[in-house]
Amino acid sequence: MKKKPYADIPGTTVFDSTQARKGYHLNQFFMSLMKPENRERFLAGEKAYLDEWSLSEEMKQAVMKRDYNEIIKLGGNVYFFGKLFFTDKKSFEQGAGSMTGMKPEEYRAMMISGGRKPTHPSTLKGKN
Amino acid sequence: MAKITAGVATSHVPAIGAAVDLGKTGEDYWKPLFKGYEFSKKWIAEEKPDVVVLVYNDHATAFDMNIIPTFALGCGEEFGIADEGWGRRPVPNVMGHPDLAWHIAHSVIDDEFDITIVNKMEVDHGLSVPMTLMFGQPDAWPCKVIPLAVNVITFPPPSGKRCFALGQAIRRAVDSYEEDLNVQIWGTGGMSHQLQGPRAGLINSEFDQDFLDRFLNDPVELAKTPHIDYLEQAGAEGVELVMWHVMRGALNEKVTELHRHYHVPASNTAVGHVIYKNS
Repeated sequence: MKKKPYADIPGTTVFDSTQARKGYHLNQFFMSLMKPENRERFLAGEKAYLDEWSLSEEMKQAVMKRDYNEIIKLGGNVYFFGKLFFTDKKSFEQGAGSMTGMKPEEYRAMMISGGRKPTHPSTLKGKN
Repeated sequence: MAKITAGVATSHVPAIGAAVDLGKTGEDYWKPLFKGYEFSKKWIAEEKPDVVVLVYNDHATAFDMNIIPTFALGCGEEFGIADEGWGRRPVPNVMGHPDLAWHIAHSVIDDEFDITIVNKMEVDHGLSVPMTLMFGQPDAWPCKVIPLAVNVITFPPPSGKRCFALGQAIRRAVDSYEEDLNVQIWGTGGMSHQLQGPRAGLINSEFDQDFLDRFLNDPVELAKTPHIDYLEQAGAEGVELVMWHVMRGALNEKVTELHRHYHVPASNTAVGHVIYKNS
């Protein structure tokens, strides 16, 4: 298969057919957190709740660790795992920031000062 | 006859809805953002649209990984407000306009846009935040809404060119509807932002400003922007901007820009907002 034109954008995983197929069950699990009773049940016993879904052990570990970069690698999509930010009473800013390796206050300060610049080495391919 | 009189484009960040719902709009962080919508609220109170065709994307709310329609038109009587994980937003349900919606569906399918027809779905911040920004906090929304959900989550979304052409088909559909109705088309989402991975937080004001200029003056060429340009330059989630092209396609090529607002940040996102009048 031809190389995907978006494969080498730094720090970015495009949620395409490969990722969507890999993460089907994982994303459906996140979807279940839209119901308040499921959020409660999940928080009361994460492992037991995760065991009800067809997830690999590494997927379960990534969820329990809230390792969102790993979750992305395993096929998770941000709008689905965003439900977990909210289940944890975290904002989208805190959730997104957690994937950058920055401290929450550093990330917030970067956003207030105009965001991650397109000229920053972490942004445009071929510019670093 | 029904007529599309104006278009509104705006970002639809969930934190904006939360700021309104929790009474935080006067905080220093939020003040400049909401200031840019003061004109818009006054303007729309005078315009009094009967119906808004509201182009937005569903954020894993009504559509999960089981069903992923590229274009889905809400043809029902009423649309509930979803609980997206933090409880339902305290905003009224959205009332549809089934007669016009079904007419649009019929017309655009005849026009070779094989859209999905939806009778029942809940809508999320993608739709409710633009409503709040334009109408504030009324007990009931002052107009009917026809939701048009576009898939921008599972790659690839429809091309900008296809979105623009769908806008043109919607225009033909509305123009052929017999009842006198003041119809607006809204395009939502964007502008530059990335919510995922180590590159989260990307904002490209230069890209956004150029987009706003060309959206007004060179819409046909702008709609040809390939997805890779959005992904690379406007962030992975910046590709939401394709939805603006649906709105632009439904308007005249020459429009009058009544208002423009741009602010960084709302949460992780560059907020853009324009109002165009068909001239």
